[in-house]
Amino acid sequence: MTVILGQSFTGISIGAVLLLIALGLSLTFGQMGVINMAHGEFIMAGAYTTYVLQKALGDAGLSLLLALPVAFAVAGTLGALLEWLLIRRLYLRPLDTLLVTWGVSLMLQQLARDVFGAPNVQTRAPELLTGNVTLIGGDDPLTVANSRLFILGLALAAVAALALVLALTPLGRRIRAVVQNRDLAEVSGISTARVDRTAFFVGSGLAGVAGVALTLVGPIGPTMGTNIIIDAFLVVVVGGLGRLKGTVITAFVLGVLQAVLEYSTTVSVAKVLVLVGIVAFLQWRPQGLYTLRTRSLV
Amino acid sequence: MTIPKLLTHPAAGFGSAALLLFAAAPLLLTDFRLGLLAKYLCIAIVAVGICLAWGRGGLLTLGQGLFFGLGGYAMAMHLKLADAGPGELPDFMVLYGATGELPWWWRPFESPLFALAATVLLPMAVAAVIGTLVFRRRVKGAYFAILSQALAAAFALWLIGRQATTGGTNGLTDIQGFFGYDLNDPVNQRTVYFVIAAALLAVAAGVRQLIHSRYGELLVAVRDSEERVRFLGYDPARVKLVAYVVAAGAAGLAGALFVPAVGIISPALIGIVPSIEFVIGAAVGGRASLVGAILGAIAVMWAKTTLSEEFPGAWTYFQGLLFVVALAFLPGGLASLVRKARERRSAAPDDAEDVPGAGADAAPAPVPASAKKPEGVTA
Amino acid sequence: MTELPGLRIRGLRVAFDGFTAVDGVDLDVQPGDLRFLIGPNGAGKTTLVDAVTGLVRATGSVEFGGRQLLGRPVHHIARAGIGRTFQTATVFEELTVLQNLDIAAGAGRGAGTLLRRRRSVPEPVTRALDTIGLAELAERPAGVLAHGQKQWLEIGMLLVQDVRLLLLDEPVAGMSQDERDATGALLRQIAEERTVVVIEHDMAFMRSFARSVSVLHAGRVLSEGTVADVQADPRVQEVYLGHAAAPAPEPREAP
Repeated sequence: MTVILGQSFTGISIGAVLLLIALGLSLTFGQMGVINMAHGEFIMAGAYTTYVLQKALGDAGLSLLLALPVAFAVAGTLGALLEWLLIRRLYLRPLDTLLVTWGVSLMLQQLARDVFGAPNVQTRAPELLTGNVTLIGGDDPLTVANSRLFILGLALAAVAALALVLALTPLGRRIRAVVQNRDLAEVSGISTARVDRTAFFVGSGLAGVAGVALTLVGPIGPTMGTNIIIDAFLVVVVGGLGRLKGTVITAFVLGVLQAVLEYSTTVSVAKVLVLVGIVAFLQWRPQGLYTLRTRSLV
Repeated sequence: MTIPKLLTHPAAGFGSAALLLFAAAPLLLTDFRLGLLAKYLCIAIVAVGICLAWGRGGLLTLGQGLFFGLGGYAMAMHLKLADAGPGELPDFMVLYGATGELPWWWRPFESPLFALAATVLLPMAVAAVIGTLVFRRRVKGAYFAILSQALAAAFALWLIGRQATTGGTNGLTDIQGFFGYDLNDPVNQRTVYFVIAAALLAVAAGVRQLIHSRYGELLVAVRDSEERVRFLGYDPARVKLVAYVVAAGAAGLAGALFVPAVGIISPALIGIVPSIEFVIGAAVGGRASLVGAILGAIAVMWAKTTLSEEFPGAWTYFQGLLFVVALAFLPGGLASLVRKARERRSAAPDDAEDVPGAGADAAPAPVPASAKKPEGVTA
Repeated sequence: MTELPGLRIRGLRVAFDGFTAVDGVDLDVQPGDLRFLIGPNGAGKTTLVDAVTGLVRATGSVEFGGRQLLGRPVHHIARAGIGRTFQTATVFEELTVLQNLDIAAGAGRGAGTLLRRRRSVPEPVTRALDTIGLAELAERPAGVLAHGQKQWLEIGMLLVQDVRLLLLDEPVAGMSQDERDATGALLRQIAEERTVVVIEHDMAFMRSFARSVSVLHAGRVLSEGTVADVQADPRVQEVYLGHAAAPAPEPREAP
């Protein structure tokens, strides 16, 4: 029983990472219907930012704390740049955007290889995060790594912050307006171009934060983004567009499902099963868990 | 009839392609280069299917590796069994310590007929199931692309996870014979090349017929306005399914022919990255143009070999740049440049090929504001 | 001409996330009628057509020639003889006018026909080309047509599709006066053999060509009858004056 609980908690922490990544995706995908394959490389940028900061500062705790805002800014700037250079020229062509951003992602990976070398690198976790917390004591203890708890907290904080921004700030109102009816928002005097760029900045910045979190649980390498990005996309597809709630629920459900299935079968079979589950789910809800309903044809 | 018109006549096109493939290439190229060309032609066969599904049908099939792999593994399984001899286990299974029986799902591949049929029919059957589920529920656009990519990734992972029966990461390697012929013999390698060239021409001819048929027109209509087609009394899901299944069959055949040409099939050849590489050739050459897609696939593969031999890093940058330039700035691919040049030169408008959406870029052509609101383009 | 089926709608209700767009509509359209559906923005006109053609889920009953339509998929309803156009003319821009019509004519084609090239122009297509006056432009891509011509092409597609009931959503929006008159004449001609329902905001156009009129308001039928009946109805006057004297065309969400 504890094993299942332990697996579930591992799943929740996988879900937390997925959530951090998918939050940004959902913002950009929901905002512009754009699938940004380079999102994974923004994660990588965030991770390498942490690495560079730790090299420069030495102190693991301080560099991690500092890395959060810096990685957000670095990845966000990359995202805004990508939006400005390419994506805004491709708004009516989502499939072309997907492939173009794939090309960008290839180039960014190579850039990382040229700058940091092809082999993976590691950062040291701050001491505070290296231990474990025992949730259930006794003969059959359930312990959870501090780093995983930190990631979970980070993901929840990001969700809360994003939800607050969307609900309360003028920027959030504008983003929601553009998501719901771009033309109407435009004629109502909202500069959709600026809203798009800001949304892209925030969404990509969140990927950078996810990258910081990933340094706590794994190595940093040029292809680290590619390996996880498909899962994050599936979260967005299943969660439905434009709704935070769907993304949050799906990220955790998929994470736990993956972890529990992995335990009962193997990693690869678990992946296949999860995917089959997703196809089956889309039979039931082709638009995802939650969706904004409109009268439009498509 | 002017010379350019003569050259663009389909029969002339096929004739000259056959001449190039069957006479010029074997005469001019070394055995090594011919072997490479055989590999490129396999990729071109995949591109033909992508041209139909993506260029004409708007289905961005980012997961053709799945079908390529099914065809490739079906062929390789048979060849491995044939190499091992009757009643024996393939070498890698012995290596991994298997002593007992052949796994049940390997058994049927002892029969050459079953294996050959499976190389094409198995991918088509899998595509039919996936397509029915996905299209019926109107999963489309980017959703479809991501889902098909995830399927290819999952298949590659599954293969890796079952090392004892699939060869795992290594895949099925060291294939020696091809239906009784020794693949190490250069003469037989040439024969394999000819088989592949013939297959490419046959698949291209078949897909060309589809594109020019009423079905081809209907497919373009579904790509451009699926709902409208529905209101005309068609079921767009079935229209798309045909294109998807045909493309899967082409990819399966290509995978099957790839095995004797290269001697290996492995997860690394069918996962996310190769799957997306199948698409880039078609995109560069012109996704909606059959000739463009074929030449694009060959050219990109050639560039990959040439560049990555000498500057592996530069190739990755170049490949990334190809995606960006071809799709962002030249969505019709090189074929659209050729077409424009031809239109400019010839005064007679009927020189343009009579194909539905010949210039069809999935990118919308400029349309009157009344018909489509330019979304969010603030120039 | 065989007996034309009529359209019979009872208690039709469409709700989106708590908002009821169509709220219990009863409507009968007799065979061979040329019925206009008018009403202010948000009255539920387009949603009504969406429900009849299967685009949105609805409750209640929609019978055409005695057959229940609700719950059937869009393409089955189309094959039952019901065709529609959209507020923004939707034609296949990259295909020629001829190809557009040929596709519309072919929903019943078998695989054998579909997989072969089109060798000749089907007879109904030739007739439709003449009817809609686009014979000269048959080989042009539909994307280059003028706005009005696209709308005619859409009507032509319904003709070759051989539907018994045409549901037209603002067929004259954006047309010049001459084009309006031509379209009106075309609709009259079509209504001799088929049943036509037109959603329209153009009151002058309605007065010239309607045989009967239904006024929708807030998801219900407010008034019904001849043009004169409806115009004399005080409730109709109130609804229109209460909103806007000259209702603007209803904007449709981005496709």
